[in-house]
Parts: sequence; structure tokens; C-alpha cells
Amino acid sequence: MNDRRLENIIGRLLQTGVLLAAAIVIAGGAFYLIQHHSDRTDYRAFVPGSQDLRTLPGIVRSAAHFHSEGLIQFGLLLLIATPVARVAMAMVGFALERDRLYTVVSLIVLLILAFSLVRAT
Amino acid sequence: MTAWDFTAVVWILSFVAGFLGALTGLGGGVIVVPALTLALGVNIKYAIGASLVSVIATSSGAAAAYVREGFSNIRIGMFLEIATTLGAILGAFLAGRIGTHALAIIFGLVLIQAAYQSFKGTQGGDLPVDSDALARRLRFGGAYPVDGNSQEYGVRNVPAGFGLMFGAGALSGLLGIGSGAVKVIAMDRAMHIPFKVSTTTSNFMIGVTAAASAGIYLSRGFIDPRVAMPVMLGVLGGALLGAKVLVHAPVRTLRAVFAIVILALAIEMIVNGITGRV
Repeated sequence: MNDRRLENIIGRLLQTGVLLAAAIVIAGGAFYLIQHHSDRTDYRAFVPGSQDLRTLPGIVRSAAHFHSEGLIQFGLLLLIATPVARVAMAMVGFALERDRLYTVVSLIVLLILAFSLVRAT
Repeated sequence: MTAWDFTAVVWILSFVAGFLGALTGLGGGVIVVPALTLALGVNIKYAIGASLVSVIATSSGAAAAYVREGFSNIRIGMFLEIATTLGAILGAFLAGRIGTHALAIIFGLVLIQAAYQSFKGTQGGDLPVDSDALARRLRFGGAYPVDGNSQEYGVRNVPAGFGLMFGAGALSGLLGIGSGAVKVIAMDRAMHIPFKVSTTTSNFMIGVTAAASAGIYLSRGFIDPRVAMPVMLGVLGGALLGAKVLVHAPVRTLRAVFAIVILALAIEMIVNGITGRV
């Protein structure tokens, strides 16, 4: 396994992840527009939405009930996960190459990402 | 405006932004945020939340294409991501504390810099150099294809590049943009990494950097599904189309037009920020 092959596999997986995320967002968006197409919109004031759309458990619960906004948010969550998966896969690749320095570097990046995502639980 | 009209208008705006962003190499975020806030009166916090999500989509979506070209350096990217992700977390925290008007003014200033860089154009730096001691210990050196041959290159000034990358990450987390231009400056100018390697490695880093602030954005409610849905789908679609036609596009003319548009948006953002209308 060399760097090049590893990156190729990672690149394809990421593209698949993005397309899957986009498909879920489109499905949620379609539901949303069917239910709310003539609602008045006003996004001038910033009002943090309900916890169901701001935390990981809330989003999963809301998407499982096929709530349109929960589905969109779940698709976006999947999208946010793609770069995290990229770092995780690179770490495994470095470990397989017995490259200790870069396995640790990848782990540090992964921990920083985890710190941010834990804020949303 | 009804939800249907809003979704349609935002999708079209975002598609154009993603298309132009891919052609000029500046990314869609720098147009999407001012377009949403100035034209549609969307609160800047929702705008940067939606923009950040679209940044991740374009970075991950283009990954396979960039890897095929064989220019990106995964070791340099991963190491510098320690700096960009830490910066992004700081930036995302600040975005929650800074008021809307101040955010608009800062965004305007960053746009002026982007306009300047777009107008001037980006060109490759100097010839490849030998690595210095720290870069050798980090095994940063690599090779990239030039006319069918393999051209080796070295890397220098790792601490300076690391510092600039922290700044790029903070900007990305504060404003919901990819800040690819600052990342390229850090690698190409400061670290003497060849231009093509810098730009493709920067694309690799943009998505990871944005993911570091995404969790904080989400928990603060910056990512509203009703705004983010058309922005993400539009920018992604526009960027994919832009990457396809890139080869035939009159890039120099486009960059000049783009620079003028961004400059106008920058001035409007700053004026509206100062007068408190954004």
C-alpha cells in the first residue's frame, strides 16, 4: 500500500459520501417544500433553533421520524463526517505503512475534530 | 417571500457562486455569504453556517479528481491540519461571541483582500528548494509530475507556515469560508512548496478545517436546514460544473470581473455593517 493508492481509495469513498449526503438532503428538502412551500420566510433575526436540530441525538431522532428538517440536518451531518472519515482512513493507512510519526499526527487531528463534534452532543 | 421562492432563489444564487468559485479558485463562500445577507436579508450567522457546509461539500466532492492528478502531499496536509483545525475551533468560538455588525465588517475586509488577489492573479513561486532540517525530520519532501518526468521538491520555514495555517483556520471558523487563498500563500510563499502541490494540498485541507468548526456551528444553531439545504446543493452543483468547463474558460477575464464584483460586495458589507443594516 503506497500513499498514492491509499489516497485514491479515500478520494472515491469521499465522493460516495458526498453524493449520499446530497441525496438525503434532496429527499428532506422535497418533504420540506411539499409541507411548507407557502410558509412566509424571514431569517433577519438570529434565533437558535430547537435542540432537535442542534445536537447529534436530536438530529438522529428527528430524522428517524422522517421530519423534513431533521432529514436535511442528518444529510448535512453525514457531509460533515466525510472529512473526519478522510483523516481516520489516512491514519489507518499510515499505521499499515508502520509510519509512527504520521499515525500520531493523524490521531491528533482526529482528537481535535472529536472535541468540536462532542460540543454538539 | 414564501419558502418555495426563497429556496429557488437561494439555490440559483448558490449555483452561480459555486460555479464562479470553482473557475476562479476562490471558492463559493466569498460570494454566497454577501449574496445571502445583502440581497435576501438573511442573518449573517445563518449565512456563514450554510456556507461552511457547502465548503465541506466542494472539498470532499473534488477529492477524487485532485488525487488522480498526483500533486497533493498528504503528509504536509495532515501535519498542517493540526494548525488549521485548532485555528478553526478558536474562530468558531469567536463567531459566537462577536456581534453581527462586526462580523459583516470583518467579512468585508477579507473580501477586499480576496479581490486584490483575484485581480493580481496567482502565479507559481520560485524553483524547487532543498528541505531544511525540520522539514527533513518531518519527511515533507516529495515529487510531482512535470512533462512526464518526476520533479523533486523540498520544504522550508515550517514554523512560519504553521503559524499562517493557524490564521487561515481561524478565518475559516470565524467567517464560514474555506480560506484556501491564505492556505496557498502559507505553503507556496512561506514554505516554498511548488504552486500546484500547494493548491491541491490546500483543497485536501479545506474540508477537514471546516469540519472542525462545524460541530460548534451546529450546536450554536448557525446551521439552519432551511437555509443550508439550497446553499449546499447549489454550491456543490455549480462547483462540479465549474470543474468540468475549467479547461476552456477565459480565466483571466473572469478573474478581473470577479475581482470587481467582490470589491463591490466588500464595500457594501462594510457600509451595511457600520450603519447596522446587516
